Amino acid sequence: MESLSASYGTNIVLEDVNFRVSEGDFIGVIGPNGGGKTTLLKIILGLIKPVSGEIIFNPDLSGSCAIGYLPQISTGDLSYPVSVTDVILSGMMIRKRIITRMSKEDRKKAAGIIEEMGLSGMGRSSLSELSGGQLQRVFLGRAIIGDPKLLLLDEPGNFVDSTFENDFYEKLKELNKRMAILMVSHDIGMISAHVRSYACVNRKLNYHPSSEISNEQLLAYGCPIQLITHGTVPHTVLKQHN
Amino acid sequence: MEGSIFQYDFIVKGLLGAVFASITAGIIGTYIVTRKMVFLSGGITHASFGGIGIGYYAGINPVAGAAVFGILSALGIEYLSIHHRIREDSAIGIMWAFGMAVGIIFIYLTPGYSPNLMSYLFGSILTVTTADIVALGIMSLILCIYFGAFYRTILYTSFDESFARTYSAYVDIFKYITTSLVALTIVLNIRMAGVILVLSLLTIPPNIAMLFTRRYSNIIFFSVLSGFTGTAAGYFISYFAGIPVGATIIFTLVIIWILVKVIIVTVKYFK
Repeated sequence: MESLSASYGTNIVLEDVNFRVSEGDFIGVIGPNGGGKTTLLKIILGLIKPVSGEIIFNPDLSGSCAIGYLPQISTGDLSYPVSVTDVILSGMMIRKRIITRMSKEDRKKAAGIIEEMGLSGMGRSSLSELSGGQLQRVFLGRAIIGDPKLLLLDEPGNFVDSTFENDFYEKLKELNKRMAILMVSHDIGMISAHVRSYACVNRKLNYHPSSEISNEQLLAYGCPIQLITHGTVPHTVLKQHN
Repeated sequence: MEGSIFQYDFIVKGLLGAVFASITAGIIGTYIVTRKMVFLSGGITHASFGGIGIGYYAGINPVAGAAVFGILSALGIEYLSIHHRIREDSAIGIMWAFGMAVGIIFIYLTPGYSPNLMSYLFGSILTVTTADIVALGIMSLILCIYFGAFYRTILYTSFDESFARTYSAYVDIFKYITTSLVALTIVLNIRMAGVILVLSLLTIPPNIAMLFTRRYSNIIFFSVLSGFTGTAAGYFISYFAGIPVGATIIFTLVIIWILVKVIIVTVKYFK
């Protein structure tokens, strides 16, 4: 991504953003509400055209550089008559724009994903029978069935209950071996233990290669941000600016 | 002899009409009920009455007029709501009344007596022509091919439109095509059940099916089956009892819904 800008009307949301995602990355995207985190994801997904600049995908990956996406909230109608298998299979849209028939291979793959997501035996269940944590794993399954090289997660903490949280991040760690992950969250306390690096978005984007944020780096945002460090005793300090 | 030929013709027409009406209404009914667009379909139905009125006035086939009106109003509503120009339910409410108003004005302006007006409002066997049956038959074929070929795309885009939109540029095209098919199906079935009752012909069968199955393809199958039972029974009962066909069909369908519900509750109680 090179010197990218985006705006809604005259309102500039992202300005001169330079950013690189490599294989195996696990990046936490943080920043204040309205800072442009979701806009960043939408640009990567191609839902918003940048005003200037461009997104460059590694040509070696073209064809297989599909992007998996777990939306902020479930936009699907949970009372709709689809089974868990159906929903996960719908993730194949990442590869095929118009789906006609499902091959045996696709079905086998869906069965594998159901197993991997810890949903065995629920393939035929309808969504209204599932708990919040199970639902999220169904939608995560939908995001990864197309073998994306990059997985985008928008506030995954929003619709998971805390009992599934650890489980969920364990799953992400495993997935990270196969794909780069870009996770948007305003709850950095929660993600700090999992991500390898941070991208801070507040109109501008600053990238921090380590999972530690220094005082000076925080000053760049001009907004209150939680400061997290890894020490012998993990601690969190709230820093106030101006 | 003449009586038996008439009887034969009547039975064939009734059965074929019931088959095609239940196939079209079963497939499209499942689509609109699961997508929660029953109100939109009501709007299309009543808007198409404007086309019937203009058809009468201009001396062209009222069904053709209704088809044009139905499709245009359906696409108009979808377009306005996709581009957030107006609240969808308001758009539907306006189209609904506007179509009826246009229809009534033009029927009033048409010189002479309009004997078929009631048949368009409530449906009638006597006005169902061979051409109507053929049109319904062609529509059944189109729907079977379309839903057969694009079953999964239709299922996924209607389950989670915004997710599908993230990956496929074809979501809107599919929506427009399917909505046009909804409008055409409604218009063709107006001949069977009439403007006022046709919506129930589409919405009751899927609701009977959803009492006992949650699979989309099963819902379509049982909608067609229950739709056929209700339509055929309604058609013949209405003939022998001398009551309007549309009303008889809807009445029969609701009775089936109640029966199935009672059976399910009883079975559950004794399990």
